[in-house]
Amino acid sequence: MTLLKEPDFGTPARPGEATIDLTVDGVKVSVPPGTSVMRAAKHAGVDVPKLCATDNLEAFGSCRLCVVEIDGVRGTPASCTTPVADGMVVRTQNERLGKLRRGVMELYISDHPLDCLTCSANGDCELQDMAGVTGLREVRYGSGVEAGANHLDLPTDSSNPYFDFEASKCIACSRCVRACDEVQGTLALTIEGRGFDSKVAAGAGASFFDSDCVSCGACVQACPTATLQEKSVIELGMPTRSVVTTCAYCGVGCSFKAELRGDELVRMVPYKNGGANEGHSCVKGRFAFGYSSHPDRVLEPMMRDTIADEWRKVSWDEAISFTARRLREIQAEHGQGSIGAITSSRTTNEEVYAVQKMVRAVFGNNNVDTCARVCHSPTGYGLKQTFGESAGTQDFRSVEEADVILVIGANPTDGHPVFASRMKKRLRQGAKLIVADPRRIDLVRSPHIEAAHHLQLAPGTNVAVINAFAHVVVTEGLVDRSFVADRCEGFEQWEEFISRPEHSPEAAAEITGVPAEELRAAARLYATGGNAAIYYGLGVTEHSQGSTMVMGMANLAMATGNIGRRGVGVNPLRGQNNVQGSCDMGSFPHELPGYRHVSDDGVRDVYEQLWGTPLLNEPGLRIPNMFDAAIDGSFRALFVQGEDIAQSDPNTQHVFAALSSLELLVVQDLFVNETAKFAHVLLPGTSFLEKDGTFTNAERRINRVRPIMAPKTGKQEWQIICEIAQAMGYPMHYDSAAQIMDEIALTTPTFMGVSFRKLDEAGSIQWPCNLEHPDGTPIMHEDEFTRGKGRFMETVYVPTSERSTRRFPLILTTGRILSQYNVGAQTRRTANVAWHPEDVLELHPHDAEVRGISDGDMVALSSRVGRTNLRAKLSDRMPVGVCYTTFHHPVTGANVITTDNSDWATNCPEYKVTAVQVDLLTSPVAVESEREPVVAGGGL
Amino acid sequence: MSTLPSYVRLANDIAAQFAHRAPAEAATAVANHMKIAWDPRMKKALIAHVEAGAEDLDPVAALAAQQL
Repeated sequence: MTLLKEPDFGTPARPGEATIDLTVDGVKVSVPPGTSVMRAAKHAGVDVPKLCATDNLEAFGSCRLCVVEIDGVRGTPASCTTPVADGMVVRTQNERLGKLRRGVMELYISDHPLDCLTCSANGDCELQDMAGVTGLREVRYGSGVEAGANHLDLPTDSSNPYFDFEASKCIACSRCVRACDEVQGTLALTIEGRGFDSKVAAGAGASFFDSDCVSCGACVQACPTATLQEKSVIELGMPTRSVVTTCAYCGVGCSFKAELRGDELVRMVPYKNGGANEGHSCVKGRFAFGYSSHPDRVLEPMMRDTIADEWRKVSWDEAISFTARRLREIQAEHGQGSIGAITSSRTTNEEVYAVQKMVRAVFGNNNVDTCARVCHSPTGYGLKQTFGESAGTQDFRSVEEADVILVIGANPTDGHPVFASRMKKRLRQGAKLIVADPRRIDLVRSPHIEAAHHLQLAPGTNVAVINAFAHVVVTEGLVDRSFVADRCEGFEQWEEFISRPEHSPEAAAEITGVPAEELRAAARLYATGGNAAIYYGLGVTEHSQGSTMVMGMANLAMATGNIGRRGVGVNPLRGQNNVQGSCDMGSFPHELPGYRHVSDDGVRDVYEQLWGTPLLNEPGLRIPNMFDAAIDGSFRALFVQGEDIAQSDPNTQHVFAALSSLELLVVQDLFVNETAKFAHVLLPGTSFLEKDGTFTNAERRINRVRPIMAPKTGKQEWQIICEIAQAMGYPMHYDSAAQIMDEIALTTPTFMGVSFRKLDEAGSIQWPCNLEHPDGTPIMHEDEFTRGKGRFMETVYVPTSERSTRRFPLILTTGRILSQYNVGAQTRRTANVAWHPEDVLELHPHDAEVRGISDGDMVALSSRVGRTNLRAKLSDRMPVGVCYTTFHHPVTGANVITTDNSDWATNCPEYKVTAVQVDLLTSPVAVESEREPVVAGGGL
Repeated sequence: MSTLPSYVRLANDIAAQFAHRAPAEAATAVANHMKIAWDPRMKKALIAHVEAGAEDLDPVAALAAQQL
């Protein structure tokens, strides 16, 4: 494939029918009202010269290169800022216009370094292109010093790890500033000075690195010259070919053009036709791909007899035959249910499907679980109970039609930055925002955005808040009676339940710490403010009542009729790239692909016929149950696909004890991660740049993951699974990942119409994709819920058993930061460490002061289960009594602190509530000593 | 921190969600949840715990165990 250059229409598309007819250079064209002349010309096949215009930014009209003549219009208006009119006759090329454009170009070139041949943007420079297009042959003013005052001596800002700002090449078109404003919504850049002194600046005299810039890359992408340029392009040269693929970071699932020179990846450029991101990106997806070629990568299988031994490299044959033999031996000695596997949300649908098939058809049990257990398993449960489908209801674009946005337990600007940019755009347009979060996350107050309500609730009291919302809706006559009557069931019983005084805002205020009037006002806004959409994250699910809260949000959406159309809905922001997909693919121990229970004889029969083996009809072990069973001795061998449970799962001591108890631990990963330290076999995995398959994002969008290089390990991961299955005596074989998807489509009704071929044609598909919805389903539950009637569920608030005490007086909550991802295995191996070199403990200045702690001090963080040391960061974004840290660095090991408490329905850990104490560290304590494996409250 | 076996803690947690219902109704709801979500060895362990006296087990969870 050659380098993919997407067409640029100059200005954004306008919605509506193409009812305006005009003529451009003699070509008739019809476009929607509000379309610019420049865009209409492009539709007519006419490229109008331009520099300051690009079609993801509103027209600016500064460069004057796009001037045109219009019959009946005086002068030469800029085509980018001139809207079309019916019957308009436009000319884009004649001698007069050419002269004007050359005049403009002369001025630009007179103050521009003429180093085109050695410039990093040579061949990809719009200024260079326009010099050619306009026929520039001379610059009457001379160039550089001879032209007089100039900007050629301006210094280059190389502070950002990923791109340079070469100010001497800037033409002050403001595309970067506008991209930061309009696309990213950070407003970090500005034009400093006036007239000739105008120049792009990152904040008030700051370098890019020290500014508010979030390194999303939008400015780099927007720059028409080499002023903002990727360091990788400067170092390696312009790429020559592109492969469209999908980011392997968060659940937004951005599409990218991987741009290469030969087989070397030069840069990742967000793809305009990507359904999830539509041309935008964040610092991780855009720049943090270097881990894929990091020297820490394990590329050959390794084995050892005990975890005290050194690793030794072995052949694939030896690793696979050993793994298969030991799995069978352990089953023979300890029973069919003594082995199992954990799938990963970082792997493809096809790889996950292969693992769960291996467990069910080859291991002969249902002991398969996925890392979604520790993040969004309550979403699966709660939405299935209420709506009938374990998935979010909207596409991302839907937020553009929301009037009220309720963000609960999510921090989109850090966790889901590309979606956050969409959301912020809508908020800047006037949508109202309600944030329910103990922390004052950035969304609460940021440039041109201020939440109407910040409900700074006590950690662990989500259900009391959502019940109070519902109470207000029911008792103040705000129920959408028509919707409820037509579409739902169980309302009367729920209405009586939620109307009880214990659910009132006044009662909730006592529990949550949020004033009753604030709760009432927020509830009224949600119920009466127009289209109301809920977006939530792990601050909802990772609680002892995570599933209850999900059902509570579903209740609220149904009661107010905010479901089944654009601009509304209940939307989980998934943590990892393929959380949705790994759950869809039957990774849960009680569900076959498509969320169908293992006890369903009809569903099992489909697989039994196809796979030629009987399947168990009882649920298997979930991850926490596996740990308990390992310690008790009934679970002896575990296959872990691309997850680092030793770092990511709670109560590290308990996890260590479980992993140490296994007779066989097989880890498939890119690196020797924390879990691999307990492993006997390490099977090298493939990075997303090597994978062939699909990811499914938080909006149920199935995107293709295309390999840009052959697997560095020599095998795709699904091939390895097949070979283990074969070595265990089961004939499991696929010719390609596409063939696995064909099997998924054959057996899973929601994927019935999906194939690689269709994905390649359509770009992406949102499931359900079936006979009824052959092109997919952007918005779910439009006419009826998946289960028929939406079901109201009673949601009793039950306080968590994790309480602050005199010994542990603070509450710790955990989360993530923009530059790092999950356990950091990927991002720690990139330049992103420049922004977050270590996990820190954020705490309120009052809590710090009473402990004698100053900003930057090392502190000891201890809970009932463990202790670790980290640096304190004082922040009034935290309420008094609550502190916060991330879990990106193993040296900190935040999960040494977190407990075994979990969601009652799904066992999802209660990461968000841990009673802790923080002490100023006067003499360093060895963290490792606190992590010795101990059995803590486990046991089957 | 609790030293109860995890299945006892979890059973108590589930029972607490249905505590607003009448005991028999709540027990059925708890049992139904365990049937769809629990591995057989967890259910056997809970039944054995009940047979051994159900120490520290919510009465509704104990009733539910009898329906497994």
